[in-house]
Amino acid sequence: MAPYETILPQLYEILKPFAQDGQTLSDETELVADLDLDSMKVMEILLEVEERFDISIPLNVIPDVRTIRDFARQIEQLTEHHS
Amino acid sequence: MALTRLSQDPFRVTIERILSPTEALVNGRPMILAGTNNYLGLTFDPQCIEAAVQAVREQGTGTTGSRMANGSFGGHLALEQELAEFFGRRWCSVFSTGYLANLGVIAALTGPGDVILIDADCHASIYDGCRMSGAEVIRFRHNDTADLHKRLRRLGKRCANTLIIVEGLYSMLGDRAALAEIAAAKREYGAYLLVDEAHSLGVLGERGRGLSEEAGVEDSVDFIVGTFSKSLGATGGFCVSDHPEVDLARYVSRPYIFTASPCPSVIASTRVALHKLQAEPELRVRLWNNARRLYDGLKGLGFSLGPEPSPIIAARFGEKEETIVFWNGLLDQGVYVNMILPPAAPDGGSLLRCSVSAAHTSEQVDRICEAFASVKMALSL
Repeated sequence: MAPYETILPQLYEILKPFAQDGQTLSDETELVADLDLDSMKVMEILLEVEERFDISIPLNVIPDVRTIRDFARQIEQLTEHHS
Repeated sequence: MALTRLSQDPFRVTIERILSPTEALVNGRPMILAGTNNYLGLTFDPQCIEAAVQAVREQGTGTTGSRMANGSFGGHLALEQELAEFFGRRWCSVFSTGYLANLGVIAALTGPGDVILIDADCHASIYDGCRMSGAEVIRFRHNDTADLHKRLRRLGKRCANTLIIVEGLYSMLGDRAALAEIAAAKREYGAYLLVDEAHSLGVLGERGRGLSEEAGVEDSVDFIVGTFSKSLGATGGFCVSDHPEVDLARYVSRPYIFTASPCPSVIASTRVALHKLQAEPELRVRLWNNARRLYDGLKGLGFSLGPEPSPIIAARFGEKEETIVFWNGLLDQGVYVNMILPPAAPDGGSLLRCSVSAAHTSEQVDRICEAFASVKMALSL
């Protein structure tokens, strides 16, 4: 299981290329509203996260992910199931 | 909106008069239809029409209800028997459309606690069926068997409750699933495999049974879903399997229960079309000759196409606006194709998708190529 504190910085690193100019990412940053991610970009990010953490993210959990914090919590749970 | 500024609405094209499987009047002018998925060209087959007409006269225009409530007509049961025999399977259930077949089968076979592994490029009906099932849904990269293996490995013991879903021919680029490798993975991990042969029924395989037959892996495919609305020239869908769950699904499948059953004329023409699919292999030969002719022609003109010749031939475009203008140019040239805009097309691009038919003449295929060449030149692409 990867703890939340170690997941968060890795998630920032993956999401940084999608941030707007000068935008600072925090765990409250909203993926769609703040980063303006379309469905294609979301899928691209999911694939990268899956590779990084060696998990499969079910499509069912995506509607529950609004902020970077939600995303990190989901990854934490999925790595827990996997370990 | 760019679409309506540049073009008539491509999603509201009116076919004023359909003339044949390959020709229609659109905007008052004759058009070669190159986007119908009418692979065997059977929509105007005299015997299919006669069977439909006779069924209307003898059985009426509709069933006016569900088979669960109103009962099955003899034709429903006969078609299910004939499909089961054609595929060499024990069970078959017929649905009112191909879309409903995927919804009904996937949602009946799987539920909470199960896992569905789907190819990322699967059709919307598969995605919707997955959503309806309540199972955990995981995508794997399109036709990437290494990615499929990785995800099966991650599932561990849950593979025993996992259904892998792929398509025989993918509807966007016309590419085949890597089915031999996918079937091997399914066997290795002990999962189940469903193949949607919507676009490959009557198109692939020596007997026209689809990619499962062509790839020699029918024994490893647990469930085959298909449609009557492409090679069989009508509307409806089915699932065949040796697993009795397909028959039991009738009792729990909302898309089977809560909709009117296929009308007698549809069942009658589909039965004749299924017979022709088997008895007239020359239809498949003509289809593939046309497919190769169009693929080679468009490739020779420099268009970026799918990876292999197939009756679905899609030219890739980068910019949406360019695609819209090109599609309108083809209409002006008297050629109708399907326009696919983001996010429907793979990789975020746009497509102009052609589908060829056994009913196209060589001259019509050449006309389609000439239209592409003419618009390409006019737009200086």
